[in-house]
Amino acid sequence: MEKNFLVSASPHITHKDTIPRIMYSVVISLIPAIAGSVYFFGVRAVWILLFAILSAVATEALIQFLMKKPITVKDGSAIVTGILLGFNVPAAVPWWIPVIGSAFAIAVGKIPFGGLGYNPMNPALLGRAFLLASWPTRMTIFKTEPTGGTLSGIDAAAINEYGLDSITSATPLNVFKTQKGIISDWNELVKSGLEDPILQEKAAQANNAITQLYDSSSNLLWGNVGGVIGETSAALLLIGAVYLIYKRYIGLRIPLSYMGTVALLSWIFGGTEGFFSGDPIFHILAGGLILGAFYMATDMVTSPVTSKGRYYFGIGCGIFTVLIRLVGGYPEGVSYSILLMNLAVPLLDRYTKPKTFGVKKK
Amino acid sequence: MNLRKLTFKGGVHPPEFKEFAEKKSIEILPLPESVVIPVQQHIGAPAEPVVEVGDEVKVGDVVCEAKGFVSVPSHASVSGKVIKIEKRPHPVGGKVLSIVIESDGEDQKSSSITPNENYFDLDIEEMKKNISAAGLAGMGGAAFPSHVKLSPPADKKIDTFILNGAECEPYLTADHRLMLEHPKEIIEGVQLVMKILGCKNGYIAIEKNKPDAISLMKKSVQETGANLKVVGLNVKYPQGAEKQLIKAITNREIPAGGLPMDVACLVHNVGTALGIYEAVSTNKPLYERVVTVTGKGIKEQKNVLARIGTPFQNLIDFCGGLTENAVKIVNGGPMMGIAQFSLEVPVTKGTSGILALTEKETQARTPGPCISCCHCVDVCPMKLMPNDLAKFIEYERYDEAHKLGVLDCIECGSCSFICPSKIRHVHLFKYGKLEVSKMLKAQNS
Repeated sequence: MEKNFLVSASPHITHKDTIPRIMYSVVISLIPAIAGSVYFFGVRAVWILLFAILSAVATEALIQFLMKKPITVKDGSAIVTGILLGFNVPAAVPWWIPVIGSAFAIAVGKIPFGGLGYNPMNPALLGRAFLLASWPTRMTIFKTEPTGGTLSGIDAAAINEYGLDSITSATPLNVFKTQKGIISDWNELVKSGLEDPILQEKAAQANNAITQLYDSSSNLLWGNVGGVIGETSAALLLIGAVYLIYKRYIGLRIPLSYMGTVALLSWIFGGTEGFFSGDPIFHILAGGLILGAFYMATDMVTSPVTSKGRYYFGIGCGIFTVLIRLVGGYPEGVSYSILLMNLAVPLLDRYTKPKTFGVKKK
Repeated sequence: MNLRKLTFKGGVHPPEFKEFAEKKSIEILPLPESVVIPVQQHIGAPAEPVVEVGDEVKVGDVVCEAKGFVSVPSHASVSGKVIKIEKRPHPVGGKVLSIVIESDGEDQKSSSITPNENYFDLDIEEMKKNISAAGLAGMGGAAFPSHVKLSPPADKKIDTFILNGAECEPYLTADHRLMLEHPKEIIEGVQLVMKILGCKNGYIAIEKNKPDAISLMKKSVQETGANLKVVGLNVKYPQGAEKQLIKAITNREIPAGGLPMDVACLVHNVGTALGIYEAVSTNKPLYERVVTVTGKGIKEQKNVLARIGTPFQNLIDFCGGLTENAVKIVNGGPMMGIAQFSLEVPVTKGTSGILALTEKETQARTPGPCISCCHCVDVCPMKLMPNDLAKFIEYERYDEAHKLGVLDCIECGSCSFICPSKIRHVHLFKYGKLEVSKMLKAQNS
């Protein structure tokens, strides 16, 4: 029996991981957080995510069809982009916000560079940055479901009394930024020797508010706070992250160095009573840091490939995040810091090449 | 031993599939009707035929002689008549001048195969002569002439000898079976090598997935009173690669472009050690070897003692033939072996296994785009950047590929194995190495 055999270069066996397998695992890992978003924001969250996913997939398919290229939506990467984009908008936005955001992410952030594997920046984050720049107010109206108290001080009983079904509230980082601003104004005033009873009163209130924020860590962990759809519950995101780490689809280098840097810098500089008075736990749990550190910064395409490079990448993201949060104009800096560091990836890879086996360091 | 983990950085854990054949004793393959002896079965200059069509030969007679120092002779593996000297397909690729011998079925041995009494007291030069006359070439797959390894230049002292029983390639069990069935002979071979080199430290390195071999070797070392250490290595591919093996055991790093002797080490494969023992003790040339015939595409996986030059077809038939869904035949292991287009090719000195893989096992897929997942960089045992190297070679930037160290690649295949996009790194690197060598040659002239 003479038949035609396959001939190819070695190796003749391969690992079972493939791109679709990785992408759909990311989707699976996000299910707890999706379930959480439905719990906190209602069915509306599902619609927003659905619009975001459909728009991402449809945009990719349409462009590839028009360009007569192979249609690659089956690999699942557009679905991941869609979910992450949906996670990055508040629940109160109109339906066309996620649609435009996803379309922009794919049409501007991914396809022009050559599609999957070639985009320099995380498409979902690029989409979010575009939305934030175009519709700043719509992108910053946050709602929380009226279960157990909120950060603006209205408790559940009061909400029930007024018969509201949901209330808008500032995100913890928003509160932090404004209150910290008041405190530093007051400190300036004291330094210059002037007095202002009203501002003094305000500063005292601000101090209270920040203490209250720091005490609300459990709310941050479980997600009972204002924020975009996907960033509210740190715990649910971590469940998915553990699954991805177990599958080795994300490593620990970026998330740990990222969060470590944020914790360290916010502890040193983030306090209201001078150096080393900040609350690192609050800064890690608040805002999109967990979502960003585990799901956005670790995006394979836009993070360094070298081991050292990944540490530097995480540290860079951490520095920019703290800078933006404490000094910059926005309350939240995760997405911009990751986008900035995305652009530094080729440089990081170039300067952190591993030492080849048997080559002496010069 | 110290507490340092006996391993190296990087590497992968492919599925082992050793269970197909590891429990099967070595079976002797019936004599083939004819054998095909290629003049090139080793690294170095091809040997020169010294027989003519029509000559009668006996088992162990020289049919082609070494040409130069880095070359080995080959011997008739059956007794009979030389019927053809022509180019025949070779398992390592292309067609190679081969001596075809028709067996007379008598299996008469050459008169040169005679036991040496007190072989252990032979002169060292005499031993080396026997080894080079036996045509021994590394039997782990690379087939580097053994006597060359045993003759380091005067300024290179060897202080450590490592017997490579790692057998880290999945599926293959030939070395494993040899260690179980011929432990004493292998140990004697090791002792002979150490005597030739005058080195004191001897290690027998075996991956921990062969606990029976480790304990048997330990027992045999004790019984023979040999001054050898049997060490269990972490199970990881490519643990048996020379550089990684030396790193794991001695923590010495062979410099880029260097040889084990540059760090005072020497490594021989289990089969080669047995061959050295046989060559020195009985003048037996290398005319047969153990081949693992395995894979899901084989009806009955076996370890077979086959004559060099036996066509693959004979071994496969002996193992019940191919299954319907066998799609790929490989000479060697699944990670570094070479795919065959025909079953006519002969078993050579470097054929450690014949794999028949089914479509499901090979998982042939079209390569996708690189998503910079970094897995290849993490697993590369040579600490290269396979992702960048592959891109540079694809775009014919051989200068950049050279700078990134493509010539240091050992072609172990870990990067292609782990790649989720199924990029054919090794394919590109083999090609890139050729192009880089061409480029360097052009620059030098």
